[in-house]
Amino acid sequence: MSEGVIKAEGLTKVFNKHLTAVDHVGFSVKQGEIFGFLGPNGAGKTTTINMLITILKPTEGKASVLDFDIAKQDDEVRNVIGVVPQEYTADEDLTGLENVLLCADLYGIQRSIAKERATDLLKLVELTDFRDKKVQTFSGGMRRRLELACGLINRPKVLFLDEPTLGLDVQTRTATWNYIRKLKKEYGMTLFMTTHYLEEADALCDRVAIIDHGKIVVIGAPQELKHSLGGDVITLGIREDDDVSELIRKVEHVKDAKRENGSYRIKAEYGEITAPFIIEALRKKGYTVTKLSLTEPTLNEVYLEYTGKSMRDAEESREAFAAQRMTMRRARQ
Amino acid sequence: MSELNGNSKSKLHGLWALTNRELKKWYKAPVIFLLSIIQPILWMGLLGKAMNISALIPTNIPGISPETVLKGTLGTSDYFSFMAVGMISFTALFTTMFSGMSVVWDRRLGFLNKALSTPVSRAVIIFSKVLSATLRSMFQAGLIIVIAVAFGLQFGVNFTPLNILGVFAIMFLVCVGLSSIFIAITIRSTRIETPMAVVNLINLPLMFASNAFFPTKFMPDWLQTIAKVNPLTYTTDAVRQLLIFSTDWTQLALDFTYVGIFAVVAATIGIVLSWRYLSK
Repeated sequence: MSEGVIKAEGLTKVFNKHLTAVDHVGFSVKQGEIFGFLGPNGAGKTTTINMLITILKPTEGKASVLDFDIAKQDDEVRNVIGVVPQEYTADEDLTGLENVLLCADLYGIQRSIAKERATDLLKLVELTDFRDKKVQTFSGGMRRRLELACGLINRPKVLFLDEPTLGLDVQTRTATWNYIRKLKKEYGMTLFMTTHYLEEADALCDRVAIIDHGKIVVIGAPQELKHSLGGDVITLGIREDDDVSELIRKVEHVKDAKRENGSYRIKAEYGEITAPFIIEALRKKGYTVTKLSLTEPTLNEVYLEYTGKSMRDAEESREAFAAQRMTMRRARQ
Repeated sequence: MSELNGNSKSKLHGLWALTNRELKKWYKAPVIFLLSIIQPILWMGLLGKAMNISALIPTNIPGISPETVLKGTLGTSDYFSFMAVGMISFTALFTTMFSGMSVVWDRRLGFLNKALSTPVSRAVIIFSKVLSATLRSMFQAGLIIVIAVAFGLQFGVNFTPLNILGVFAIMFLVCVGLSSIFIAITIRSTRIETPMAVVNLINLPLMFASNAFFPTKFMPDWLQTIAKVNPLTYTTDAVRQLLIFSTDWTQLALDFTYVGIFAVVAATIGIVLSWRYLSK
């Protein structure tokens, strides 16, 4: 097999002849890594994943999964991938086990093998005690885990996760991350995921592609991307009224210092080491430091740097969307 | 590769799993199941028994009795029997209509996309909807016959229990055709309201522009034309020939041919359209 478990080249999807959802996207996912697509609502993440999992046909460009062409060999692709969709697709009226077995049937897995695997998978996601309970009674976290079990029933070599923790509370989210890490470690699986949670991309992904308006703006390891911004941000205040930014700039490793609303915003490499030197330099000149905080750059700053806007704004509308979907689900019953 | 995965693949794998998923929603939910039994009882009670047509015919004119009048117009002297059979077509129409709705639900809840990402065939996804609606209708048709007999349905002179199989056969054909059409109509919509409106718009006219509750020969010409191409007319007639009339075999053969052709054409169009849409 050649380099790259998932490969995309100039992948493009245009809806209704003028709405370009994904615009000439290219990337390559390595064996055994967790590759994340990070971007706000409507950036083209789900459209990309839908093309890779053969639900949508690309308008232009090509992509392959394990060297199977997604457009020409879609059946082969479907056999080797697992999909954990954004929505809770498990059937409310069926039990946990029945849902996993239904998925097995969709892959044409023999009943005896399916039962064995379902038992193992439900154990893996810690739902063994709930296997005979209807999904209606499941919490959000349990439903997410059940989706995970369903997505693994065909022993996929590549697993696609679309917003794996959308709408989950922080605690459940962290637990879900652990399951995903476990998969990577125990099965050596390659994972492709989309997320709009910066923390999630940071905590989980080996590499992320930041996507905005259908285009990939940058690809790299989260650590590397953050580092490329030029270090940490130190915010500092002094009792005196004088402008000391020139003085701060002279300290070693300080890249820039700006006075903003009476305090100083300093960009510096190795912030935790540089900060004491800044305090020392100021004290020597008779200034008193009254407050100091140190922030390491987050992916939000990376996003800001490359797209010129903050990702936090996009998040709220997404949460509202998830809430609405849950309301709809209840309305159905 | 697929051998290793434990996948035994036939073109139709997953068909029963998906069909059974639909059916379970029905037979495992006692309330819905009960309602689907009560509904035909209510309709038959209201339309068949409350509307006592024979009471409208004067009895004081010599040579005319309600029985002979009804026999001449409806083909049977008992309006309840006439109408109970119409109920069977009615059930076919209303049950298949919901197969379209369930496609919309599957899309909205993401299940459709999930199924599409598995190796299950697109045609199987659609046909499972058709099949589940068809099986449901057939079960309900059987139920209606039992209830109607309890209420006093009068069988035709040459009725044999074998004729019931004929009823199931014609039900199968018409339901496959109807639900294919409804699915093709609804598969594009993401909102539940649109197909609801479409279905409501065509359902009742389709019902009443047939011989289900009223014989077509007394309809105005334009309505007769519609009734003549309406597959429900042929379905209802076939069921009547099988259950309550003295069977006219030529007519029955014509009914089966017409409904059979309708089923094949509608299913082909429906499945091809849906398939194309699903593989865009």
